[in-house]
Amino acid sequence: MSATVDVLAVLKEKFPAATPRPSLDHPAVNLAAGDIPAALKFLRDEQGFDFLVDLTAVDWAEGVSPRFTVVYHLLSTGRHDYVRVATDCPSDEAPAVASVVSLWAGANWHEREVYDMFGINFTGHPDLRRILMWDGYPYHPLRKEFPLAGIDTPLPDAEIMAETGARVIAAPMAGGPFVASPGEINLTEAEPRAKDESWTERRAKPDA
Amino acid sequence: MVTTNTEIAYNSKIEGEVIVSRMDSIINWIRTNSMWPMPMGLACCAIELMGTASSRFDIARFGAEVMRFSPRQSDCMIVAGTVTYKMASAVRRIYDQMAEPKWVIAMGACASSGGMYRSYATLQGVDHIVPVDVYISGCPPRPEALLDALMKLQAKVRHERSATNLRRA
Repeated sequence: MSATVDVLAVLKEKFPAATPRPSLDHPAVNLAAGDIPAALKFLRDEQGFDFLVDLTAVDWAEGVSPRFTVVYHLLSTGRHDYVRVATDCPSDEAPAVASVVSLWAGANWHEREVYDMFGINFTGHPDLRRILMWDGYPYHPLRKEFPLAGIDTPLPDAEIMAETGARVIAAPMAGGPFVASPGEINLTEAEPRAKDESWTERRAKPDA
Repeated sequence: MVTTNTEIAYNSKIEGEVIVSRMDSIINWIRTNSMWPMPMGLACCAIELMGTASSRFDIARFGAEVMRFSPRQSDCMIVAGTVTYKMASAVRRIYDQMAEPKWVIAMGACASSGGMYRSYATLQGVDHIVPVDVYISGCPPRPEALLDALMKLQAKVRHERSATNLRRA
């Protein structure tokens, strides 16, 4: 599906920092973080992109700068056009962009999720709390340096932790994640299995 | 040996409406046949739990049809689904509200061991926070498996030293 208007050209006229972004499907554009609320308001009010489909983020790994990119997917319900807007967070240590809750109320929980998972602050958000992990959880799990298995931390409820002795543990991976890779094995007969079966929970992992 | 006695069952005229038995047998008989579950439905296993309760599988045949979200009136918590760390404290608090005696069935892979969720968010088996009596394998288990677990739990309860435990308590 091709866009009926050249969003990039229109945006570039108003926001000179806009650059094209490689995309396999819909038009995509990079914007400066400072332009975000104004550019999205322009897209919503004057270009008809009235629906915020998704708001998410990318962590390009530690040491890469810019490290965090926030991505907005917009839909024009009138023209059935999509556009993807991305912006790099200026700071790698304390990433922050302006909140768009004032434009789309639905952005509220999306921004809370991005804050929870990536630790990106949305300035002007009315209620920026964690949404999936519990309050007081010390990490942001979708950051690249965070291991899938997790990190040993106390349980959210201190009373329950004292009574049961349970903790949030790093999950035993035993060569996982457990996947059935297409092509490698016959999927109709396959059980999901560990990528690396050279070690188990009983037998230690051999040194690399 | 052939006997002329045809009175093979309890006869109130002969026994005078008195039954002699052991306390353990009576208490366990009462407990096994009205095992009211506390449905702790947390994920897709709860759908199978509902199926087990409905007419086709009919958990009522085993006296466990009274599924109310009411821990104080229940005997057996069925943990059906993925227990996240965020939910774990709530599960434990609900377990603490159940009156003794109480039992726990861990239904399915997730409740038993964390299942496929080897991740930062999932409790690696509900036995980290509550004592589990019966584990059910499967993802999700068939209703028959849950009924089997209930029968296993009933068999376990049948052999408990209930009277001794009562005296000790």
